[in-house]
Amino acid sequence: MKMTGAQALIKSLEMQQVEVIFGLPGGAILPVYDPILDSPIRHILVRHEQGAGHMAEGYAHVTGRPGVAMVTSGPGATNIVTPLADAAMDSIPIVVISGQVATTAIGTDAFQECPITGVTMDITKHNWLITDAQDIPRVIAEAFEVATTGRPGPVLVDLPKDISNAQMDWYWPARSDLDLPGYRPASDGDPRSVLEAAKLILSAERPVIYAGGGILKAHASAELKELAERTGIPVVTTLMARGSFPDSHPLALGMPGMHGNYTAVTAMQRADLLIALGSRFDDRVTGKVGAFAPDAKVIHVDVDPAELGKVRRAEVQIAGDARKVTTELLRSLGALGLAQSGEAVPGSTASERPDIAPWIAQIRKWQEQFPLTYNQEEGGALKPQYVVETLRDMTPDDTIVVAGVGQHQMWASQYWRFDYPNTWVNSGGAGTMGFAVPAAIGAKVGKPDKMVWAIDGDGCFQMTAQELVTASAERIPMKVAILNNAYLGMVRQWQELFYEERYSEVYLSPDLPDYVKWAEAMGAVGIRVENAEEVAPAIEKANGVDDRPVVIDFRTDAFEKVYPMVPSGASNDDIIVGPSEGEGGR
Amino acid sequence: MKAPGRHHIVSALVENKAGVLARVAGLFSRRGFNIFSLAVAPTDDERFSRITIVVDVESAPLEQIVRQLDKLVNVVEIAELAPEEATEREMLLVTVQATPAERGNVIQLVGVFEGTIVDVGLDSMTVMLAGPPSKIDDFEMLIRPFGITELQRTGRVALPKLARRAARLRALPSDESDEAG
Repeated sequence: MKMTGAQALIKSLEMQQVEVIFGLPGGAILPVYDPILDSPIRHILVRHEQGAGHMAEGYAHVTGRPGVAMVTSGPGATNIVTPLADAAMDSIPIVVISGQVATTAIGTDAFQECPITGVTMDITKHNWLITDAQDIPRVIAEAFEVATTGRPGPVLVDLPKDISNAQMDWYWPARSDLDLPGYRPASDGDPRSVLEAAKLILSAERPVIYAGGGILKAHASAELKELAERTGIPVVTTLMARGSFPDSHPLALGMPGMHGNYTAVTAMQRADLLIALGSRFDDRVTGKVGAFAPDAKVIHVDVDPAELGKVRRAEVQIAGDARKVTTELLRSLGALGLAQSGEAVPGSTASERPDIAPWIAQIRKWQEQFPLTYNQEEGGALKPQYVVETLRDMTPDDTIVVAGVGQHQMWASQYWRFDYPNTWVNSGGAGTMGFAVPAAIGAKVGKPDKMVWAIDGDGCFQMTAQELVTASAERIPMKVAILNNAYLGMVRQWQELFYEERYSEVYLSPDLPDYVKWAEAMGAVGIRVENAEEVAPAIEKANGVDDRPVVIDFRTDAFEKVYPMVPSGASNDDIIVGPSEGEGGR
Repeated sequence: MKAPGRHHIVSALVENKAGVLARVAGLFSRRGFNIFSLAVAPTDDERFSRITIVVDVESAPLEQIVRQLDKLVNVVEIAELAPEEATEREMLLVTVQATPAERGNVIQLVGVFEGTIVDVGLDSMTVMLAGPPSKIDDFEMLIRPFGITELQRTGRVALPKLARRAARLRALPSDESDEAG
């Protein structure tokens, strides 16, 4: 069947079961926008291409399916560079289709020309410049294969305008027709290493499971829970893994790292064994690497072999999918005599296992001694943590929470109770301010039946708020809670603690812009909250709106800081639990 | 032009496609590591090229780079070759001043190194020499006093040395004599 390259592209996306494209048309991508009119694929017209990229990420985060964004050449393509970098850092599968000037014009500084495959080479898992319309179905199939398998990630396909207009003979490639001779994602771990890992687990006195985003990518939450319960080993969930293990579980220790809770941070520091599953020893988790978990042996499981030994040498390295390896690990533990109940078969290796009860008791002591704390005084300034807790208590347990980057993100991660996988969406590795609003829109598109709340900062909100116009126009009723402290709060916190309160370029103003009027101008409901008494009624009102977006402007205490905190570059042993510890008191 | 002391050879079999060299080189440049020499050409299978890279990097970051190179979709196979386990070869073209009075001395030196004179002018000549990099280094040092007009080396190519099968070696009169390189 003869068709144009543009038609072949849209048909290829249909073959990949794409249900929605986030995009914005322009000259070079124009041919592709025509067949969209005849396609069952929904197109959501964004107001800025960065929004399209983050929407695709939010969609991918909550559905596990690749998000698709479409942009034109030149500035359209460069506007989506940040989402590509963001998705690369957090291993989010997105497929970006960019228009390109005609092949005959490439390299001539043509109107809206930008060599986007070169620009995005280091921030995509792979990218393609199509130079023959006949290649379109195969390249699209390859793009989805690469984006979604192994360690997921963003890909970009650059499509010149003359290729979109050219005729081609339609076909759809079988998997074996894909031309990827150098692409071999790891899958099953080496069984001997897995057995070795199982033996280490059965000899540890102070083990901790260090669960990372790879658990969610591999859909391994059930296996993780079984591993924790069978071995009785407590679990920390990193910023990218919140929700992969239920916070309500007795073995859940919550988030470790720079703003992790005392118990999670200290349990890792004192551990004699870290079982890293789909985590990558990020600097925000380890603090000073040389002082991180000094007595711990490490089992490191990652689908990306390049992560193994990158930061911390591991006694056992296993390249493989977190779900498959954890399943194999459970089998090996069984073979060594650790029954499903957690009981050891008499005479087996498991029966010689050290008692970890004293370790668990120590952890319980830390939990009692150092809980997360804040103080909402009656009639006092509104505390951001109080807003997060009230919102948590007034929304369904499977509410999807989306955060930007900064103080609000940390409070959201600390004070929400995540009990379900894929209910937490944030920009972890890249730290992209402005992520929340568009990512929440994408999340709501992917999971229209779930309540979606963005918890955002005032600085972040101003970066991408215009996408609420998209949400209003497309009837995507997500909600935004702005924790408005009138500052670039995290930067302000660092200037307070580490720059002797010399505040440089961090003040934003609580009233400029007027967030309520701005929300209303964009077709959303706008609500302002000045004190603690108004919080619950405002949330109740917002929860009742289901035909348009809602923005609540929570005027919060500008002086509140995120604690605990491990100062940048310091050892995790130097954790500051709160302002009472001297440093950071005002 | 002498290779640094602890140089490493990375040999990658890659897809013969546009942009592949940039992807490979990018993994070095983004860390600020300089590529000492680079040779790339198609293999016997025209779908693939072999890239031979010589770098001066500590072992630990190089291991990380090699793992990341292996992740590139276009990289089919990759190996780090220890210099003592590799057969390395390089070629040099040099145009050297050779007035009629000096011509004989130049020809003599080229003869000692088993090089080839590939072009002769009125008062200069162009010489080609192929061999192990150390031999090229030596030749370059000795030819320099004559006055080098232009010099170009290809960068080294390398393949792993072959494993010697013990049984076959015992059958040979002298198993030490065939030291490659």
